[in-house]
Amino acid sequence: MLTRLIPHPLLSLTLVLVWLGLVNTFTLGNLILGTAFGLVIPMLTAAYWPNRPRIARPLKIAEYMVIVLWDIVVANVQVAMIILFRREPNIRSHWIPIPLELTSAEAITVLAGTITMTPGTVSATLSADGRCILVHCLHTDDPDAVRDEIKTRYERRLLEIFP
Amino acid sequence: MSMFSEILISFALVVSGIFGFVGSYGLVKLKNTLQRLHAPTKATTLGVGGVLIASMIFFYAETGHISVHELLITLFLFLTAPITANFIAKTYMAQNLRKTDLPESGGDYGWSIYDNAPEEREISEGTPRA
Repeated sequence: MLTRLIPHPLLSLTLVLVWLGLVNTFTLGNLILGTAFGLVIPMLTAAYWPNRPRIARPLKIAEYMVIVLWDIVVANVQVAMIILFRREPNIRSHWIPIPLELTSAEAITVLAGTITMTPGTVSATLSADGRCILVHCLHTDDPDAVRDEIKTRYERRLLEIFP
Repeated sequence: MSMFSEILISFALVVSGIFGFVGSYGLVKLKNTLQRLHAPTKATTLGVGGVLIASMIFFYAETGHISVHELLITLFLFLTAPITANFIAKTYMAQNLRKTDLPESGGDYGWSIYDNAPEEREISEGTPRA
């Protein structure tokens, strides 16, 4: 019964929070309206989410977000330094293939987004079977270290969130 | 508005200005498209972030309410920026790079730009769950 009423609890919660954020004032009326959206929209769109991923540890998401936000700040400074102070011929860009252990499309999407937003790396494409992601690195002397850092820092945490 | 909040706002605006400038300068300085892609995706996240933080402090100091529109802008930015970067990278690869320019994927299948996906599409359907 409850799963039919709230087929996608996380989506419902997100919709309520985004609605409250959009109206920017917290009143009971807005909360009720937001809850109505949070109930109706997942019901109408449930057909489009046939195999949505199970999230094992919701609290890990908060930890992951904090780490990514911090890394984005560090990445900004690093990339700014490379742009400002490194002579153009000394910038050594690399293609780095990273084998993936993640299997769900959502988890890989999150990982690809994270890679693009953080230290000097952009995710370029996936292998056709989705087992490997190709990353372009702006400047590094040690491509293997970049690969290992992405695997241990982001992918390991995502594996805990999306088992 | 107190002196303290004015200093905080000015600081956030200056930081965002610097990073916005560095991002644009990177576009001019770097020589190939994929390198240029790094400048706006990184250096401008903090550029926009600084303006948003300044805006939040300003409205808190001015009205006493915390404004969350800025957090939503951050959320939408984080959802859209990687996708744009990915589109640009893929278009560039499809037009200018050949299969041999890239490292091997290490698996049975090559990169999805050049190779077809296996018959059972595990990725688009997601893995079946028990």
